[in-house]
Amino acid sequence: MANWLADFPHLDSELLRALKKTIDEGFRAFTRAYGDAIESFFDPLHFFLVHAERFMTETPWPIILGLVALVSWLASRNWKIVVSAVAILLAIGFLDMWEDTMKTISMIFVCTVLSILVGIPIGIAMARSNRMQKIVNPILDVMQTMPSFVYLIPVVMLLGIGKVPGLIAVVIYAIPPVIRLTNLGIRLVDKDVLEAADAFGASPWQRLTKVQMPLALPTIMAGINQTIMMALAMVVIASMIGVQGLGQPVLKAIANQYFTLGIFNGLAIVGIAIIFDRVSQAYGKRLQKHLEVVHG
Amino acid sequence: MAEATPGLGIEIRHLYKVFGRDPVGHVELAKQGISKTELNEKYGHVLGLRDISISMPAGGIQVIMGLSGSGKSTLIRHINRLIEPTAGEVLIGGQDVVKMDDQALREFRRHQTAMVFQKFALLPHRTVLENTVFGLEIQGKPRSMQEQAARYWIERVGLKGFEDSYPNQLSGGMQQRVGLARALANDAPILLMDEAYSALDPLIRVDMQTVLLDLQKEIRKTIVFITHDLDEALRLGDRIAILRDGEVIQQGSSQEIVLNPADEYIANFVKEVNRGRVVQVEAIMQPLSAGVTPNVTATAGTTLEEAMSLLSAAQSYELAVVDDNGSRLGMVDMQGIMAAISRSETPRPAAKPTLVKHVG
Ligand SMILES: Nc1ncnc2c1ncn2[C@@H]1O[C@H](COP(=O)(O)OP(=O)(O)OP(=O)(O)O)[C@@H](O)[C@H]1O
Ligand SMILES: [Mg+2]
Repeated sequence: MANWLADFPHLDSELLRALKKTIDEGFRAFTRAYGDAIESFFDPLHFFLVHAERFMTETPWPIILGLVALVSWLASRNWKIVVSAVAILLAIGFLDMWEDTMKTISMIFVCTVLSILVGIPIGIAMARSNRMQKIVNPILDVMQTMPSFVYLIPVVMLLGIGKVPGLIAVVIYAIPPVIRLTNLGIRLVDKDVLEAADAFGASPWQRLTKVQMPLALPTIMAGINQTIMMALAMVVIASMIGVQGLGQPVLKAIANQYFTLGIFNGLAIVGIAIIFDRVSQAYGKRLQKHLEVVHG
Repeated sequence: MAEATPGLGIEIRHLYKVFGRDPVGHVELAKQGISKTELNEKYGHVLGLRDISISMPAGGIQVIMGLSGSGKSTLIRHINRLIEPTAGEVLIGGQDVVKMDDQALREFRRHQTAMVFQKFALLPHRTVLENTVFGLEIQGKPRSMQEQAARYWIERVGLKGFEDSYPNQLSGGMQQRVGLARALANDAPILLMDEAYSALDPLIRVDMQTVLLDLQKEIRKTIVFITHDLDEALRLGDRIAILRDGEVIQQGSSQEIVLNPADEYIANFVKEVNRGRVVQVEAIMQPLSAGVTPNVTATAGTTLEEAMSLLSAAQSYELAVVDDNGSRLGMVDMQGIMAAISRSETPRPAAKPTLVKHVG
């Protein structure tokens, strides 16, 4: 039998090795040249992260509990959600995972803020131009299907190990839903209402801020909710490159076969996922309250 | 706030609209009189409007009527240029809307026009009050002034007490009152209403017509009102234009259209109309005959129905038609009125109605 049938015809191994080597070396050279500049570009992020973490870990726990209760109440106006959020945090604290949980929460918080700041403008740009949508959509597809370990590599090469590279990896992984649902939400805004805004002489900016964004907000909230969930799913992987929090004990548990340690920390991640999910969903629902058309 | 803004006349001249990939390349065909069907089947373009020329005087209600798909919405959207014309002019206060740049168009829409929509098009995330201030907010008026105007108009359209309700908590009729208040708060000389009342049930509809007519007595805006309901058209319209397949087939006062329908199509339309409510006494009056001195008088403009109730109240047989100064123009008798209403006899118009008939 012909050799080429049994063995897939492939590039010459030497050539392939050379190719990979060139790309890697090119990237390394790029890192050597610009790594520092890029790192200092992300300095504000580092600052933000460190302060968020310091706030969460150094504030006395009763105040944090009170804050969580307050925020859940303001967002959901639902006592059940407030009570379960507090109960989950109490259980976590009781099992001595308070510090790691606070680190994770601060990381998720910073990551969500960053995703919103970057994602919403991109989503708006996509909603405004079909060409932009055609360009961005496939990129988002790749970002979502690429195994999350893979983009740890360039991030680590560029920025090394630490909080900021971890954060960036998490944001890249978690940002697509915000972008997609911002785009979708704006595109779904009722044409009649937009026409009314035009008829009253609204400028493009007024259209965006007074009509499109408010009407798209519930959809955008759904995107933010998904982003938070995806960021939490990345917590363990991100801990491989130095992100502190609940992910690290899990990694340790895997390496040393500490079953209970793994389960406890895993459950703590689930616990905060539930809190984030319920609170943000309830908020989204409240936003939606007046949007559905009953009459007319 | 309630004082009348002087109306602004609207002058539409030779307006054409072709929908499709290459409207400009096909407008010539439309000018040469190709039929709507042929343009669609052979060239894949839709004829929206053909050679529309209508002159709408300031301060009056111009009704545009026609069946579904006749181009009514397309036409009214040319007045504030929500749709770009393929050819033609839309002159408002002497300014051609078609030639305005973006900035000028925005200013024009903010200050000269306001619009009420068939499907209300309210902002669902805003309360009644917040919806009503919308136009003024877009204009950048101070908040206190926005609210003052909004509260005034909310009260005028009969929604006092609902300022903080959301649109989805209101019935259709109430939502359209919000739409009307939002448009009136804008205090623009031109009010565009695209089938504003078509989504309402008949009783509420008549109610809303009354609201509009009462308001119009003081606001004296130039109102363009679209409907496919003849009764509504006759009740509201100072002037009526009838569209079919994107062309004006007749325009004139209600009376002119009822008395002299331009063609079979319109004749069918007006067949069922209560002529007593539309036809005015001077249309059937006869010269004063010597010796007869009616003791009942009616001013020109009185409808036959009103004349009949005047006569029966006075138990009289004939009445004199007088002008505003009280001088007698002619007379009308009961028999003439009955005949005109039942159409057993062609009425004799006093003055020849000026009908613009476009050959389609
Ligand atoms: N964007 C468009 N593209 C193609 N054809 C259009 C477009 N808008 C309107 N038309 C066509 O123009 C014609 C007039 O439409 P228009 O909406 O003005 O009718 P209308 O008189 O308002 O009807 P209705 O009473 O149903 O509201 C129709 O044949 C319609 O199919
Ligand atoms: Mg229409």
